[in-house]
Amino acid sequence: MSSIADIEKEITEDFELFDDWEGKYEYLIGLGKDLPLIDEKFKTDEYIVRGCQSRVWLHASHDGNRVFYTADSDAIITKGLVALMIKVLNGQKAEDIAKAELGFIDKIGLKEHLSPTRSNGLVSMVKQMKLYALALIKTN
Amino acid sequence: MVNSTKEIISPSYTSIDWKKIREDFPILKREVNNQPLVYLDNAATSQKPQLVINAIAHYYSYYNANVHRGVHTLSQEGTNAFEASRNTIKEFINASKTEEVIFTKGTTNSINLLAYSWGRKFVKEGDEIMISAMEHHSNIVPWQILCEEKKALLKVIPINEKGELIWEEFLRLLSDKTKLISVVHISNALGTINPVKAIIEEAHRRNIWVHIDGAQAAPHLQIDVQELDCDFYSFSGHKMCGPTGTGIFYGKEKWLEEMPPFEGGGEMIKTVSFEKTTYNDLPFKFEAGTPHIEGAIVLAEAIRYLQSIGLSNISTRENELVHQTTTRLKEMDGIRFIGTAIHKSSVVSFLVNNIHPYDMGMILDKMGIAVRTGHHCTQPLMDFYRIPGTVRASFSFYNNENDIDRLMEGVKKSIQMLS
Repeated sequence: MSSIADIEKEITEDFELFDDWEGKYEYLIGLGKDLPLIDEKFKTDEYIVRGCQSRVWLHASHDGNRVFYTADSDAIITKGLVALMIKVLNGQKAEDIAKAELGFIDKIGLKEHLSPTRSNGLVSMVKQMKLYALALIKTN
Repeated sequence: MVNSTKEIISPSYTSIDWKKIREDFPILKREVNNQPLVYLDNAATSQKPQLVINAIAHYYSYYNANVHRGVHTLSQEGTNAFEASRNTIKEFINASKTEEVIFTKGTTNSINLLAYSWGRKFVKEGDEIMISAMEHHSNIVPWQILCEEKKALLKVIPINEKGELIWEEFLRLLSDKTKLISVVHISNALGTINPVKAIIEEAHRRNIWVHIDGAQAAPHLQIDVQELDCDFYSFSGHKMCGPTGTGIFYGKEKWLEEMPPFEGGGEMIKTVSFEKTTYNDLPFKFEAGTPHIEGAIVLAEAIRYLQSIGLSNISTRENELVHQTTTRLKEMDGIRFIGTAIHKSSVVSFLVNNIHPYDMGMILDKMGIAVRTGHHCTQPLMDFYRIPGTVRASFSFYNNENDIDRLMEGVKKSIQMLS
């Protein structure tokens, strides 16, 4: 499978096709709509990553080496961003996830969504994704 | 800077050039995301007119010094302006004495002062404090803290689907244990104007104290605390064209005299020894430490500015803008208004189909339109409506029809992109 850096590069290239915010957001919304559904049983408080405005549910599993994520959000733009994160990190090695810098969000001009004031739960989600990876590294 | 507010006579409504008033606010000339800014988040904070901005610079350029202490000229001048501002505010809300006007950091700070000082002195185990289902967290949490400490009970007046207090329920909840009713004058999330005068009359018949959270009312309505006969009234300066970090706590003198200090420190003392400290007279007893001198002085400037337009003209204009917005939004499919009280102020809270307010807020922001999305610090109220939040457009007199046009374009675009 492609490395985190390769996928980030791929996404950056996809976003370069758009020269205005509208195209970019329509693409993001489309990604949100296409995100495979999380199993309803994981849409509980136990799996919630709380933002002030939108909520994200995140579930992780592993095969002893790689981490697999499914997620959902009640807001579609947040869901699009969640889909991007999953695209990049899903099925990667725990060590790679833990050290991933995820600079592509900045490159594609969506950095504002990772600012703590956006309160969309995304910053906490990335943190949570990495925590799952770190937990797996520890148990190994 | 020290002229009396009573000299200001408001112009007639029709003589005001509302489009031109916008030019008083320099920030409204800027662009956001390459679009001219449409600012519809006035319930969160208002913008500041140039003369308020100038007054801030003037204060620091001309007579900055600490107040109430120095014998030197600067301190005297600063103290005079500070106390003149207190007088302007006293007249603005028609308090009977300047001693009843306490400078605070804002409404939240005012309510905490009340809950801590009054609550500590007067609330006993088993007593009841009453709030309403549409309160801002600022008028919930301080009372929860107090009730927990004192083993008192917090009672909540329910609302109907329109977002109005249910009067019969209010009457039913009153008991001989009710100590204080603390309700919002105008709801920040719904725009409902509550019948505070009737609440106060009902409460006083039973010797219950009443505090009114006027954060959203002071910028839009002419407040008269003597006519209302409220025991306490709180509001913020920054929502009424004044500086951030300014607020007012009004209390009837007889209650303020009985209340213990809120914070200890300089300014609030008469004499200090290690054995015993005696407290200063009103209003200084409640103003420990160096106050927000510039803020207080400039707040008076903001009030004079509002008065030069006239509070009744301001409400008429804002009602007109709200009416236009509501009428135009109604034409859209799938619109749901949150807060449809008969008596409403400058807020339009809504949802469209199942579009998440956060998503709509993001698209509007991309189009240079600032609205507030989310729970508006009223989570229990959002739970009542079973919604995560709303999109809220809140108006000020400097908004105009062009802002409404842009909002409509934005809402249409968001529906198109998000549906």
